[in-house]
Amino acid sequence: MYSYIGRRILITIPTLLLVSVFVFILQKLLPGDPILVLAGEERDPEVIAFLREKYRLNDPIPYQYFYWISSVLQGDFGISLRTNQPVLELIKEKLPVTIQLAVMAMIIAFVIGIPTGILSAIKKGTITDYLANIVALSGLSVPNFWLGIMLILLVSVNLGWLPASGYQPLFEDPIKSLQTMIMPAFVLGTALAATLMRHTRSAMLGVLKADYIRTARAKGLFESVVVLKHAFRNALLPIVTLSALLFGELLAGAVLTEQIFTIPGFGKLIVDAVFNRDYAVVQGVVLCTAVGFIFMNLLADVAYLVLNPRLRDQV
Amino acid sequence: MTSAVTTLKPESTHRDESRIWKKLKGNKSAALGFILVLFFVGIAVLAPILPIDDPTGTSWSAIRKAPSDAYWFGTDELGRDILSRMIWGAQASLLAGVVSVAIAVLIGVPFGLIAGYFGGWLDGIISRATDALLATPFLILAIALAAFLGPSLTNAMIAIGLSAMPIFVRLTRGQVLSVKTEDYVEGARAIGLSHTLIILRYILPNVFAPILVQATLAVATAIIAEASLSFLGLGQQPPAPSWGSMLNVAKNFLSQAPWMAMWPGAAIFLVVLGFNLLGDGLRDALDPRET
Amino acid sequence: MRKLTLAATMAALAVGVAPGISPATAADLRIGLQEDPDVLDPDQSRTFVGRIVYAAVCDKLVDITPDLEIIPQLATGWSWSDDGLTLTMDLREGVTFHDGTPFDAEAVKANIERSKTMPESRRKSELSSIETTQVTGSHQVKFTLASPDATLIAQFADRAGMMLSPTAAAEKGVELGLAPVCSGPFKFVERVQQDRIVLEKFDGYWNKDAIHIDKVTYLPIPDTTVRLANLRAGDLDMLERLAAPDAASVKGDSSLQYAEAVSLGYQGITVNVGNGDRAKNPLGEDPRIRQALELSIDREALNQVVFEGAFKPGNQSFPTTSPWYDKSLPMPARDVEKAKSLLKEAGYDKLEIEVQVANNPVQMQVMQVVQAMAAEAGFDVKIKATEFATLLQEQSAGNYQGSQIGWSGRVDPDGNIHQFMTCKGGINDSKYCNPEIDALLNAARQSTDNAVRKAKYDEARKILSKDLPIIYLYHQTWIWALSEKVEGFAAYPDGMIRLENVKIN
Repeated sequence: MYSYIGRRILITIPTLLLVSVFVFILQKLLPGDPILVLAGEERDPEVIAFLREKYRLNDPIPYQYFYWISSVLQGDFGISLRTNQPVLELIKEKLPVTIQLAVMAMIIAFVIGIPTGILSAIKKGTITDYLANIVALSGLSVPNFWLGIMLILLVSVNLGWLPASGYQPLFEDPIKSLQTMIMPAFVLGTALAATLMRHTRSAMLGVLKADYIRTARAKGLFESVVVLKHAFRNALLPIVTLSALLFGELLAGAVLTEQIFTIPGFGKLIVDAVFNRDYAVVQGVVLCTAVGFIFMNLLADVAYLVLNPRLRDQV
Repeated sequence: MTSAVTTLKPESTHRDESRIWKKLKGNKSAALGFILVLFFVGIAVLAPILPIDDPTGTSWSAIRKAPSDAYWFGTDELGRDILSRMIWGAQASLLAGVVSVAIAVLIGVPFGLIAGYFGGWLDGIISRATDALLATPFLILAIALAAFLGPSLTNAMIAIGLSAMPIFVRLTRGQVLSVKTEDYVEGARAIGLSHTLIILRYILPNVFAPILVQATLAVATAIIAEASLSFLGLGQQPPAPSWGSMLNVAKNFLSQAPWMAMWPGAAIFLVVLGFNLLGDGLRDALDPRET
Repeated sequence: MRKLTLAATMAALAVGVAPGISPATAADLRIGLQEDPDVLDPDQSRTFVGRIVYAAVCDKLVDITPDLEIIPQLATGWSWSDDGLTLTMDLREGVTFHDGTPFDAEAVKANIERSKTMPESRRKSELSSIETTQVTGSHQVKFTLASPDATLIAQFADRAGMMLSPTAAAEKGVELGLAPVCSGPFKFVERVQQDRIVLEKFDGYWNKDAIHIDKVTYLPIPDTTVRLANLRAGDLDMLERLAAPDAASVKGDSSLQYAEAVSLGYQGITVNVGNGDRAKNPLGEDPRIRQALELSIDREALNQVVFEGAFKPGNQSFPTTSPWYDKSLPMPARDVEKAKSLLKEAGYDKLEIEVQVANNPVQMQVMQVVQAMAAEAGFDVKIKATEFATLLQEQSAGNYQGSQIGWSGRVDPDGNIHQFMTCKGGINDSKYCNPEIDALLNAARQSTDNAVRKAKYDEARKILSKDLPIIYLYHQTWIWALSEKVEGFAAYPDGMIRLENVKIN
């Protein structure tokens, strides 16, 4: 299995290259000229010509790519066209924020989604099942911005319990940091909880009917042992796949939620970068989130092996 | 896992449609789901002949009016009747929801099946491409598509479908991995059945459940995503309504006109609930183990 | 030599704070911005929101009053030569930059050179008339111009007149924008992109008695509802660009204050009349059709519907409140019948036109109102929503029929009209070209006599209001909402937040 993991990590490199080429080309194909925006309201032709030259936008696209990738390999991710800040610095600044928000949101999603999923599978067809479904689905269909703004209006403006915004780094002031992050994490978490809940329920339903569960029940094992030890473990596969995907998506940023709670994470950064055609920032962040996706999917694949030992022979 | 499973499987391939239908009909929550979906499809189709106001008819004297006798659902930021916009918007939103998910499933599931079943370099390529697609920001994909394909609802559906696809690839692949080591698959392989046959008869029916669940969930995301695309000029074009774009505008008037967000929000919830309940029923009906 | 030395009196006014009021202890001010500013270097800057931050960090040679009069800031007085080709400026003494470098004539010269020669500088066109900058005394400079330029002083009231520490500028070059060093009341502390910009009081400020705030934090919060919620929750002390529909609720809230000023800019529909092949369409070729489109729009109703009456409807490049507004050409009332007959005269009963608009909800709403109004006169307006980078590209490339876009506005009237309406104007995207207009606008630029200038602008307006390369719609009103704790804030038409005399209790 270790050699499998090793091989997979090695494959990461060509994958990242592929991602960077793909996104680079796609970006270059986008309409809209970043230099026109950058040149300011007056759009001085001299400045436009200079900036095009400076950012090598006159070079053929393959040249631009090779120039970029060779700088990246030397540790230089370029600078943001919009603010002149080094991209690497921006990533360093935003990554901890994004990870903190993603982890907190995932925890909330797990805490809500999985127990309700199990419960509603066990109590299938009862009122509990219906209620759990409705609650979970409302978490999914209530738009994030609506829930976010309502929470701010209620919790911050009316009750004054939590600050409406103002990110604090976790290690500078853990309590304030958790206070400012709990609402956005809740907004994101409830939406994800629905997905987890529905999949847990479905997988559990499938497993609960399987023969080994019948056998376990027939043996007279306690229902809770049957459910948790035998059934849940076997229902985990789709949940693992999904969790990896959802976490990866969270790493790419949750634009609306970040915007509403003014959390300086990847989401807002990348949206602004795309709209401003801030190529270096987009490239840098995408590379970073791609690492995140690949890593999470690798974790998921390793989890398959752990959960289903028979697969190990095949890798 | 046990031989009992093996004996159950062949039966699953012989199930006929009427039996599935019968099971589905007997399922109360599935019936409720069906009614909900049918209702919204109904109003979407009947929109042109229903006795409602022009959904694009503005009235400068009725800007953001709360629900009343004259306007049952209230009016929006341009004094348009929200009820008629909801009804007309159902068309765009249901299409955006259903078609884009269909695109995602039809492309994603086969790739997932191939990747999971054959493994090896095929899996490598498909999985890495999926990673690449997952890492590409939705916005870039959407703007690029808007530029190439031109602005229209159809192209919005393609963009949403493409971006929702990777999750189906991963999900299917994961399920296949867990199913393909089961005895009945190994058995089928041992007796020399063709790969296509094994995939269609033994793998697909057993990986179906999570895909169905995901598909019914993805409808909600797709309906909401259409809004962000119409905002980029890719989805429904103004002044024609869609629930997503109504929500998008309502965002700016949450405190002054809460009803503007309430109706499209509720409609999306009900449609998603409908699809999920229906999906549950379908799932049960299709489940070979269910009797 | 006409001396414009308001110096002594105005300087006294600017400095003149009632003595005896001791500054409050550790007064922090938190300001909500609508966007995250771009690079923080006045020479490279290009956004409105960035200027709000400079207003606290960087002093300028001159400033404006709320009535747009030019008053001294770092320059204490100035005078023009009779031929209008030389401008002599006396500079304030005893001013230091945040890094301790003294402010003097050499510093001004270095700043002007930087603005004019740094390849990245966006200020070149604003200072293009300056031929040489001479140091004529330790605190006196003389600008020699190639041709008379009445707009120059007003340019010094904005980014082109902001003074950076020459030491820091030489050392940091283009990277100065990461941490600007100026001579304003506050010095730069830190910036986290999309999160905050922090400034602290500069103890060596020449006018420090007018400063009662110790620390300023700017927080970009793009969502207007959320920005207001933050103010209400006490997380902000003030915010800029309150959404017009929120104005009523702020005015009705006793714990909040409301302030507004009509902006210097405008919003309108730029029509492609000569920019490439796409100008060859009825809207671009026939002024009667543009007149019909203008007549089909009820600007008052537009302002009521979208902005609840908070903005100023307008039909010229200057708002009706401006001294430059031509009162003989008031806003035409909506006349659908006349619009229809004009359209018919031009040969159409129905006409499809396409107008692109930036994809923000407010501009989309504006265009949908126009769409509905124009429909009654026979126009089938197709709205093409695009993001701003694309909109600009299409516009400058001429790939559009109509484009809903605005201009942030300049203190001098020239800035709102010359570059849009002259044949070779730098941002004349409609490519409207009329030698008569060129002659009038060039003449207006060169005269320092306001009456002469006004006459030229009025004459140009008579032609432009028939040709309509831009159909002006309205002038934005800057709206600020402040906590009741904030005192002494003054609203300026340039939309800046000046912190002199602002207190927080």
